This record gives sequence, C-alpha cells and structure tokens, in this order.
Amino acid sequence: MADLDNTAALQEQVLQAIAEKQQLEIQGGNSKHFYGLQQRPACQAISTATHRGVVNYQPAELLLTARAGTPLTEIRELLAANNQVMAFEPPGFGAQATLGGTLACGLSGPARPFAGAARDHLLGIRLLNGQAQALRFGGEVMKNVAGYDTSRLMVGAMGTLGLMLEASIKVLPAPAAQQTLIHERTESEALGAIERLRSSYLPITGWCYAEGRSFIRLAGSEKNIAAVARQLGGETLGRDAQRWQALREHQLPFFNDPRPLWRLSLPSGTPPLNLSGRQLLDWGGCQRWLLSDADAPLIQNKCAELGGHAELFKGGSNQSVFQYIDEALIPLQQRIKASFDPANIFNPGRLSAEW
Amino acid sequence: MSLDNHVEPMLPALRRQLIDALALILPPHCLLTEDNQLAPYESDGLAVYRRRPAVVTLPETVQQLQAVVRTCRDLSVPVVARGAGTGLSGGALPRPDGLTLGLGKFNKILQIDADNTAAVVQPGVRNLAISEAAAPHGLYYAPDPSSQIACSIGGNVAENAGGVHCLKYGLTVHNVIQVKIVTIDGELLTLGSHALDTPGYDLLALMHGSEGLLAVIVEVTVKLLPAPPVAKVLLAAFDDVQKAGDTVAAIIAAGIIPAGLEMMDKAAIVAAEAFAKCGYPTDSAALFLCELDGSEQEVDEQMAAVIALVEAGGASSHRVAADEAERAKLWKGRKSAFPAVGRLSPDYYCMDGTIPRSQLAHVLAKMGELSQEYGLQVANVFHAGDGNLHPLILFDADVPGELAKTEEMGGKILELCVDVGGTITGEHGVGMEKINQMCVQFGPDEIQQFHALKAAFDPHGLLNPGKAIPTLQRCAEFGALHVHRGQVPHPDLERF
Repeated sequence: MADLDNTAALQEQVLQAIAEKQQLEIQGGNSKHFYGLQQRPACQAISTATHRGVVNYQPAELLLTARAGTPLTEIRELLAANNQVMAFEPPGFGAQATLGGTLACGLSGPARPFAGAARDHLLGIRLLNGQAQALRFGGEVMKNVAGYDTSRLMVGAMGTLGLMLEASIKVLPAPAAQQTLIHERTESEALGAIERLRSSYLPITGWCYAEGRSFIRLAGSEKNIAAVARQLGGETLGRDAQRWQALREHQLPFFNDPRPLWRLSLPSGTPPLNLSGRQLLDWGGCQRWLLSDADAPLIQNKCAELGGHAELFKGGSNQSVFQYIDEALIPLQQRIKASFDPANIFNPGRLSAEW
Repeated sequence: MSLDNHVEPMLPALRRQLIDALALILPPHCLLTEDNQLAPYESDGLAVYRRRPAVVTLPETVQQLQAVVRTCRDLSVPVVARGAGTGLSGGALPRPDGLTLGLGKFNKILQIDADNTAAVVQPGVRNLAISEAAAPHGLYYAPDPSSQIACSIGGNVAENAGGVHCLKYGLTVHNVIQVKIVTIDGELLTLGSHALDTPGYDLLALMHGSEGLLAVIVEVTVKLLPAPPVAKVLLAAFDDVQKAGDTVAAIIAAGIIPAGLEMMDKAAIVAAEAFAKCGYPTDSAALFLCELDGSEQEVDEQMAAVIALVEAGGASSHRVAADEAERAKLWKGRKSAFPAVGRLSPDYYCMDGTIPRSQLAHVLAKMGELSQEYGLQVANVFHAGDGNLHPLILFDADVPGELAKTEEMGGKILELCVDVGGTITGEHGVGMEKINQMCVQFGPDEIQQFHALKAAFDPHGLLNPGKAIPTLQRCAEFGALHVHRGQVPHPDLERF
C-alpha cells in the first residue's frame, strides 16, 4: 500500500459524524479489537489504515515520525536497516498492527521495566479531536515542556480522546548482542533473585518466569554480556530472540488456552500470588498473565490489596475490564474526555462504560 | 523585564476575609501577611519579574493545605504554588490578587525503599537530597537539573525538569512513578502507583510540566537507579562549530548513548576557563564533554569508538580525564558556565530552546546575526545529546532600554527555534516568561484545547492563572496568531 496523507478525508468523516450525531469506532489494523470493554454500542468505523507512511526518520536524531496507520512491521524493518529499535518493544498482536493502534492501547513489551513504556518514548502527536480540529502537541525533539503533555495523555486512552494522525517517537540503537540465561527455580526463588538484581547495575532488558524456569535477557556489547553471564551463571537459551518475540506477541503455548486472560500489574517485590489458574510472569514480576475462570472481584481485589490492579485482557464476558483503584478519579477522567470530545464521538464504551 | 500584564491588588476587604479564614486553619507562623514577610516571595529564579503576593501560606500538613485551597476556591482567590523558587521562567511569580502556597515545610523523605528502588518524598525535598539519601544503598535519582542543590522535587514535577543526563536517563516524567495531588476542590488524589501502570488516562504524565495550573503536588514517589560502576569523560575541541555538531551526530548514529553530552561555544569556553581554570582550550570555536557510564568493559569499548569518531570528525584536540579529579575539573567548567558568564556582564538572560541537532550550526549562525543586530553578546551552552540550547544573552539592566532589547532578542531566538522544528522551552517551562512565544508554537485551536483541559481540573481558573497558556486575546495582541488562508481565526473574538 502506498504512503498517503489522508488527513482531509478523515477530518471530513469526523465532521460528518458530528453533523449527523453519529459515533465512530477508530480502527487501524483492527488487530486489537479484542482489547477494552466488549459491550460497545454499534457504530460506524473510521479507518486510519490508509493514512500511512513514515514522514520523517532521522537516525542520528533518534527520531521517527510516522502516520498513525503505518504498520509496526514496516517501522521495525526500517529501523532494523539502521540498527535501531523501538526500545519499548510494542506488541502488535497481528501483522496488520499499526503505530497509532499500539500507542492508543498503550502496550509495551518485555523490555518495559528496563527501557520504559510506550509513553516514555513518545515525543509528539498530531490528532483530530472531537471537534475535527487537527492539533499538534509535543514535537520532534527530545525535550519539550511547552504546553501540557497532551501527547502522553493519548497513550492508553484507547482512542477516546481523539483520532491519532501521526506520532513522533524516540528510537534507540539496537544492542550489539543479546543473551538469555535460564535458571531452574521456584517462583518464590526466582522473584527473590530478580529483587536482588534490581538494585545492581546490570544490562538486563527482560525477565520472565514460567513453569519452574526464569529467563533473564542481557543486552549490550558482546564482551560485556559475556562477563555478566559468567557472573550470573545458568544455561544459555538458543534462538532467544524468537522466544522473546513469542512472549511479546502472545504466541507461546501458554496463551493457547480458552480461559479468560488477565493482565495483573503489580509493584515490584510482590510475592507469588495464590490464584486459581495458570500464570506466566513478565516484567520482573510486575506484569503477570493469568489464565483463570476465577471471579473478577476475587482477582481484582487481590491485586488492589497489593498495590496493583488487574485487567481482563482477552476473553471473558463481564464489564469489569479495567479496574479503577481510586474511584474519585473517574469524574475527573470524564471531564477530560469531554474537553477533547464534547459530543462523545470517539470509541464509545471502549475504555469506560460511562463514556 | 517589564511585566506587561498588570494585575490589580486584592481588595482590602477580601484580603481581610481571606486572612481571617486562613487564621482558623493555620498556626500563626505558617501565615505571612506583613510586607517584610512577603518580600522574599516576590520572585522566583527569574528575578527580573517581581510582584508581591497578597498572602503567603506555608502549611505543614496535607490537611492544612487542603483547607487553604478550599478557602481560596470559596473566595475565588488565585493560588500560586511554590517549591524552592528556583524556576527560571517566572512560573512561581506571585499575583498581587492571589495567595502564594509555599511547600517548603513539606521537606521530609518519607521512605527510601532500596529493595524496590523507589523513594517516597514530600514535594519540598531538594532534588540532590534524594540522591544523597539513596547513596548508601548504591542508588540515585537520575534527573539532575543544574539547580539540583536547591530545587525541590515538587517543582521538578511541575516543570518536568531535565538536566545533563536526560538523553540516557530521561526527564522527570520518566523517573516518577506516583504523585499525590490536591485539586482546587481540596480533594486528595493519587496518580500512578508502585506498579508500572494504572488504568485510564495517564494523568501522572499530564502533571509533569503542568506548572501548577492543574493541581498542587503534595507527595512524589521517584524511581531510583543503581549507580553505574564507572563513568569517564572525554573533552573534544574543534575549530568549527559545524564539525563539533557533526561529530555529536556521528557518535549517536554509531549507536552510543552518552550519559552526558555537553557542548559550549567560544564565548562560553573563554568565560568558563577564566572562571574555573579547568584546562579548556580557549582558542577553540566549540568543545564538547562526552561522558560515558556503565561497566568498565562497556565504557572502555565505547570510549575507544568515541575517540575514533572524534578524530575522524576533525577535532583539534581531545583528551580523556585520567582520573576522578580531572573528570570533576572538566565538569566544573561546564557547571560553572552560568556564573562564569555572569562575571563578564552585569546581567545575563538564560534562554531554553530545543532544536533538532542537525540545525545547530544554522541556529548558531542566525544567533550571531541577532547578536550583531541588537548589539548584545551571546554565549551558548548546549545539551547537545538532546538538542536543548541555553543561549545566555549578556546585558546591563542599568542601561536604559537594554532590558527591553534583551527580551525582544530572546523572543526572536525562541521563534528561531520553532522555525527550525524545535520548541520554545526544553526544560525551564513557559511560566510568565515565554507566554507570548506560545502563540508562535501553537495555533488557536491547540491553545483552546489546553484551556479546555485545564477547565476539566480547575473550572474557575484559580490555579496559577495567567501562566503557561496564553489567552487568545493575548496572542492577538502579540500579533502572532497563525493566519490560515488569509483568515484570522475566531473572527468573533474581541481584539485590543
């Protein structure tokens, strides 16, 4: 598909929706339709898929600007040709996944605790707000404090504040080498080990745990990771890049399970959780995937007690997808929504049943 | 500098009513109302802007602070929150019709959680004090604005403060995991958490750089990082600014992210050397300091690569600090650049634009032209890694008209930054100082969106009003509204 600036047509469609009092569901590659509340009002789709193309890529400035509909795969290939990466390892959950959809869902891959989240790598955006105004916030430079940080507000907003047209992100050098160490450990031992490593200066860029084995990913210069690998011991995992990619994209056999998939977000130092079902731990224990038929309140209350939250990531049927710990924030969020999208045009019922 | 937006003082009757209400909330030593008590609060780090607040309060508990804010809401009194008062853009400039809410008594480190590499602190805690408290655990707090010895963490969040290590370790927004805020209704809310994300809109990020316009920050949880075992610094000097800029680009293109990468132009080099005797080659057109940190192995490998690039880039000289003492000496020159320049001239004015690094030579040349045109000398220090430029304009406030000239030239420099694809402020904030240039960087629809977002937090506009986001009327008067297809936006708005 050719690069195209489709701003005018998208703006026209939003204006029409305003005039006709219609609501719109934003779609990029439609790879993350499963994410968010599922009982959404039926409404017309507005697609960013044709609004695509890398607009500005400056490897020496660590900058990439692309239209929202640009496929992640295209961006990854372009970066790889220049030995660069999106360090937050955005999951796609499908070949059609776009940059806009990834940022709107606010998803980050296994490197998140070590390299930062999607929002940490965002520099600026262009978007259409609910009045069909094309707005630009942030920019293409690393440091920018002019105006409120409206760009980061869009990350994880699930398209409810506006339709993202373009995003500028910070890109980083690809590590020269990486190596993954495996240790046979109980869950409790493995969590204790990563706790101790957390306060040392080490080139760790991934940690996950499943079924009696922890996986530690080291990245950097070959000599350096070899030295650290000797220090940490353990077996080396072959073809490890594939495994981390499979984890990122939920293609490990673990995820092949009909039960509802929960994402538990927990403070570091949280001990093993006694919940029915199967678990896979990522992010040094701060993100735990749980396959379970347990009741939502049981799972969510447990996480809240520990200072975290639980979201129903995929499957299941109830409406308690996102767990707001501080109920007092809900009216504030609702007013923020109204400030961007006063007529409630965009993605109704996706982030909250209230709007 | 001339403050062109005059604000009438608070009416005496309202002031009496406010003081009476506050006296019921605060012990006497937390309520300042006499002229001699108010005078120290007249300005922040941008001391050329001065106004006396109607009242200053220094609450000691969050409950007191909530009650103060509620009182202000009930009486429609503007609230200006203030940390250490080191800000450089007039963000904490008081209002004669308003209350200054000092957070200086919230100065306790509540918890250093070494196991989970986090620290919970009150907003008045000094930036450097966090790293000092974490040091026994081998940890530190990464953002290091040059005022770190004095500036407070609450102010750092409000301004999204940076420092010399931003490119590798991020800004304040990348290093804070939770804040507690008090809204204009006196409600205490928690944004973020000790987990790595929270559901809903990212209000934690939004607080960063919001300059006290959305809420008052009353507690901050920061991420601590393990201190790198080794740090080495290289000095490279060039006879041409373009060569220095190109070499910086080559280092980053080679996949090296230095911990610090600081460039200075000739005027700054000469001033720093005269002041700090740090061994800078004063015959160079530009120099940079490149600091690498990590394991010994990593640093040695990367330093070898950097030296090769510096040589290929045509450096006139270069050297790696042999030991910790020399490293400290090389940094001393850079860190004392501001006071060093201050010795050359009765006054100086520090700017804060960010530009795409590729535009550096062009921007420096243009600034040279402006310097000629206005007859004012400029010295430049540059966070070269992230494109954040600090031109220092030298002037004499006692020469009639020079102040206004400096301000005008500063404005032109910021507009130049926007023209080349950059921004009017990288880390100092908009505050009062750059409010007109906001009209250059943003169009009316964007400015309206900012106002709508503020109204979601503060519907009556009582939190730090008049700062950070200009009114459209102000932009019309400044004459910088974007004119689109010959149409003035919002023609229905009253102008002048």
